[in-house]
Amino acid sequence: MSRIENCFARLEQSGRKALIPYVTGGDPEPAVTVPLMHALVAAGADIIELGVPFSDPMADGPVIQLACERALAHGTRLLDILDMVRQFREQDSETPVVLMGYLNPVEAIGYANFASRAREAGVDGVLTVDLPPEEADEVVELFRKEGLDTIFLLAPTTGESRIRSVCEKGSGYVYYVSLKGVTGSATLDVKSVEEKLAQVRKYTDLPVGVGFGIRDEASARAVSEVADGVIVGSVLVNRIAELTRTPDAIPEQVSEIIAGMRAAMDA
Amino acid sequence: MPTKAELAALMQLPDDRGHFGPYGGCFVSETLISALQDLDRTYEEMRRDPVFQAEFDADLAHYVGRPSPLYFAERLSRENGGARIYLKREDLNHTGAHKVNNTIGQALLAKRMGKPRVIAETGAGQHGVASATVAARLGLECQVYMGVEDVRRQALNVYRMKLLGAEVIAVESGTRTLKDAMNEAMRDWVTNVDSTYYIIGTAAGPHPYPKLVRDFQAIIGREARQQCLDQVGRLPDALVACVGGGSNAIGLFHPFIADEGVRMVGVEAGGYGLETGQHAAPLSAGRPGVLHGNRTYLMEDDAGQIIGTHSVSAGLDYPGVGPEHSWLKDCGRAEYVAATDEEALDAFRTLTRVEGIMPALESSHAVAHALKMAREMDKDDVIVVNLSGRGDKDIHTVASIDGIEF
Repeated sequence: MSRIENCFARLEQSGRKALIPYVTGGDPEPAVTVPLMHALVAAGADIIELGVPFSDPMADGPVIQLACERALAHGTRLLDILDMVRQFREQDSETPVVLMGYLNPVEAIGYANFASRAREAGVDGVLTVDLPPEEADEVVELFRKEGLDTIFLLAPTTGESRIRSVCEKGSGYVYYVSLKGVTGSATLDVKSVEEKLAQVRKYTDLPVGVGFGIRDEASARAVSEVADGVIVGSVLVNRIAELTRTPDAIPEQVSEIIAGMRAAMDA
Repeated sequence: MPTKAELAALMQLPDDRGHFGPYGGCFVSETLISALQDLDRTYEEMRRDPVFQAEFDADLAHYVGRPSPLYFAERLSRENGGARIYLKREDLNHTGAHKVNNTIGQALLAKRMGKPRVIAETGAGQHGVASATVAARLGLECQVYMGVEDVRRQALNVYRMKLLGAEVIAVESGTRTLKDAMNEAMRDWVTNVDSTYYIIGTAAGPHPYPKLVRDFQAIIGREARQQCLDQVGRLPDALVACVGGGSNAIGLFHPFIADEGVRMVGVEAGGYGLETGQHAAPLSAGRPGVLHGNRTYLMEDDAGQIIGTHSVSAGLDYPGVGPEHSWLKDCGRAEYVAATDEEALDAFRTLTRVEGIMPALESSHAVAHALKMAREMDKDDVIVVNLSGRGDKDIHTVASIDGIEF
């Protein structure tokens, strides 16, 4: 059983939902990321989505664009992100880590090379925003061989027949993008998320995480009532941006947001 | 050079999912997939619809002013020595560049899809102007994304767009040029996908854009081919066009792909020189990767981060290129070279002085390389250069290089 399967199985037994924070690796500087990951886990995170900085994050709003710029300015690249995961694994062999980013940095170092290095580092899944399943056959196969889950997105615009084919190709969990827009944009509409998830569940047994537009304890709780996982990104990255001058304070202050959401979801 | 059968197969690309060999494709986030599939379906219907074709042809004739002339630059050819140089005068189109061929076609698509709002990205501003123009004509709301750096160097076109009723949104992110304008347009589209049609300005981006932009621009090559047969009595020996995203070049090249004897040469922006790294020449000095929805040659570092580009011409200042060019390069059907800022500026001045035709700085790159090629060719040889746009928009840039401020 993979770490991700294990994680969702354990949560199901305890009747809880997954809380999945996203932070951009190397933001605002490389030394912050691993302590931050540990602090997030201590505060109640179940899975960590670690963003791989990219120069042209087309699907992201300004908050994560700036996080990428900060990380890139310190020279953080994909291989550095893998080192961060390796370091994280020295103290945490249980919490799944999913890399989230864009295809080009992976393509640049080669898919097979990336897959074996990612497995060695202790990565569990990979979500590549600009790699739809139609283009992913080779990648899915290479990742599977190394025990990496390929996590795909579903969107409000994804039609019913496509939901099935996307879910068939993915593993680990599926990521439902709750709204039309970029990360950190509007507030999601829980009712329409609930309706779409009912449709998604007709076609897959994979857990469904929901992200985009979850910004506070109330929205985290509301989404946890309809989804298997709650994915939170921009609100955390925004707090990081406020603390770039006092990076030592980042793990504690950012994980406080997660602790609050955890409490709201479990209440 | 590929075999006859291979050339015929090249003409049929892309495949159903937008691939030109390993290039092209549709690399976008899930939210946009259904919009791109709708667009492809609508385009394929329209393409086969004689009513649409008639409307498109009529707009090109009566609104754009096609066919554009194929002009024999006799004095330029004589003074330069060597081959005879013919100019395909896309600069004479309404709005002053080839860009309008594409925006007319895409505006008809937007209308058919019932979208009340169009967005566009622009570098030099020519595509922005062409988009604002068709939006004005059809009564569509229009917003144009443009990097802050380009807003500064193309102030005249910014004002033209405003006069046409479009809103120009200055993009502050990244390198503040064309690639960032495209990122921002994509972000807008993903947010407003139900109401909005995205008019991509070049033969790049996710499928089906490289295909449909090429098809709309291929009028350039079809006309040039026939005009050359009529005026010269045979096909040209070489075609030369500048390549940023590459829409004017693919428009000229495509109808000639199966004509084995016709060399096709794309000229990228060499900036300060390829050896300096300060250029915008991914086909000459980059490598394949994925950006803006397609796999193609890119300017990137070893870690796959897109690197900053430089060119004196805003319209070529882009780190990628249309995927069909990448495949034509790998197949050996087309050649790609670079001309520096300085060579382009020299060609700008030469064509202006010798023929009384002021080319866009983008097109000046093609002229520069054509002059070089012509000198090594026979005087009976024929080169067709795509004069993709006029140079009025660049007068400020050239003047400031000359130390003149208005």
